[in-house]
Amino acid sequence: MRFLIRRFLALGGVLIASSMIVFCALYLAPGSPEQFLVQGRTVSPEVLDAIRAQYSLDDPLPVRYWNWLSGVFTGDMGRSLLTQQDVGALLASRIPTTLSLAAYAAALIIICGIGLGIVAGTRGGVAERIVIFASNLGIAVPTFFAALVLMSVFSVGLGWFPVFGAGEGAVDRVWHLTLPALALSLPSIAVIARITRTAIVEESESEHVLIAVARGLPRRVILWRHTVRNSLLPVTTAVGMHIAGLVAGAFVVEYAFTLDGTGALLVNSVQRKDFAVVQAIALIMVIAFGVVNLLVDLLYTVIDPRVRLKKGA
Amino acid sequence: MAIKEKAPAAALAAPAAPSNRLAAARRRLGWTGMACVGVVGAVVLAAVVGQFLAPYDPTVGSVTQRHLGSSAEHLLGTDQAGRDIFSRLLAGARTSLLGPLIVVGATAVAGSALALTAVWFGGKVDAFLGRVLDVLFAFPSLLLAILAVAIFGPGLVTASIALAIAYIPYSARVIRSVALRERSLPYVKAAELQGINGFTITVRHILPNVWTQILTGSTINFGYAIVDLAALSFLGLGIQPPEADWGLMISNGQESLQQGFPEQSLYAGLCIVVTVAAMAYIGERLGGRAAAGRSKS
Repeated sequence: MRFLIRRFLALGGVLIASSMIVFCALYLAPGSPEQFLVQGRTVSPEVLDAIRAQYSLDDPLPVRYWNWLSGVFTGDMGRSLLTQQDVGALLASRIPTTLSLAAYAAALIIICGIGLGIVAGTRGGVAERIVIFASNLGIAVPTFFAALVLMSVFSVGLGWFPVFGAGEGAVDRVWHLTLPALALSLPSIAVIARITRTAIVEESESEHVLIAVARGLPRRVILWRHTVRNSLLPVTTAVGMHIAGLVAGAFVVEYAFTLDGTGALLVNSVQRKDFAVVQAIALIMVIAFGVVNLLVDLLYTVIDPRVRLKKGA
Repeated sequence: MAIKEKAPAAALAAPAAPSNRLAAARRRLGWTGMACVGVVGAVVLAAVVGQFLAPYDPTVGSVTQRHLGSSAEHLLGTDQAGRDIFSRLLAGARTSLLGPLIVVGATAVAGSALALTAVWFGGKVDAFLGRVLDVLFAFPSLLLAILAVAIFGPGLVTASIALAIAYIPYSARVIRSVALRERSLPYVKAAELQGINGFTITVRHILPNVWTQILTGSTINFGYAIVDLAALSFLGLGIQPPEADWGLMISNGQESLQQGFPEQSLYAGLCIVVTVAAMAYIGERLGGRAAAGRSKS
């Protein structure tokens, strides 16, 4: 319990600090805040007043931060500086795409990454060599390059999958998101497969497995109950880190496949210098990143009680 | 570039004659590792002298020469603006290595400085620096780089420095754990008793002992930095056209690829993949598996 409380407090502290960074980033920009927010666009005095009010530029800095933060908590994230759309509404329409993409990719990482690692770690021989070679190469493939190659082969060349869009309805969405999810998860699958294989090889040489063999337990039981289960502990951490990484890694793939997710919105907003939207998305990504990391830590304590004792002490 | 060339040699503990040194490096890296060093060496060479070897001007194209296949004149064909792809790859090697070099250099310097300060003073200083790093850990590295670009505008230097800030916590944490062990050894105590000041002990005695870790980490970070910076250029937030850069070339080729001319994206992507794979292999051979689990994003 103490561990849980400490972990929550730590996350809270980190989130407050990082929200300050996201908020204050505005004042690091060269020139005055108004100049930076307007970016040389010619705007009417009313719009300028609206911007001043949105960022409460007439108040001292702590008040501005407080106004912004309480706004975020009540769902009011301001308006886009370009289109005057409500940022909250804009985001709400984009989040489902990103979430389904990340969930799809996470499933691929868990199934393919751990699966390939188990195959390589237990079978040995050619299968092991192929997995090792492929994972060495897979780590080096940037997601956006994987995206383009997959698109060129399966969409343009073979015509099996659509080139862009996120699709309507469940089945159509899975079909549309298959290539993006594959591209997004490829480097992580490579890393996870490699870590799983190493863990399994190490675990199968450990004393408790040797004893299980000596006692004549069936090979199946030894493999699943003793080797795989214990070797999944280090793997869980790595899988968690990679799934948390998907939150922010998704925007490159979204951009490549022109999906209408939050990531693509972030990139477009940076290109069009719409800082209000950039700030909101950055904050959401940091929160999501922190929460996923927290969940992984909690999951870890469920799997391995020793962690709870060690860290909570 | 110096970091990469020196990495295999510096990892040898004992100074040896040049011929032995090569043999020892081979023993340490294996034949595959030596091939990787060769690949990296070739890329570095392209980055340094590539622009003199390039048969064409990498930024000047010709409307009549668009999308040519490979031929004796254009070794790898031409892109959508009629520019020679081979020349652009050679020129792109420079920008594609320069950015990661800034990232790795800045990360190594700042990361070591933070880690060694924390280790030397320990106690409250260590705890405080730990909290600062925790906050940096909260930002996915590409997100931090994108924030910086949003504020300071796109460009190689902005993106590289932002990425370095995002890499610092990882590198500082590794160096800290190694330096912590050194700090507790008797020779440090002995130097302290002799009245040598902390800064001198840290720089003259502790730093050389964690040097291998710093170099290994840098080699591995270099690979990640190539990928991350290429991603930024791909998003249009890093290097700006018409400059040649591998990440930018992949993005430039996206439209041609959908029209059935995959050459430009394909070759530029392969350059990145091969270079990064070679760097990763060398790094792993030098430093063991410690870094294999690091998050890529």
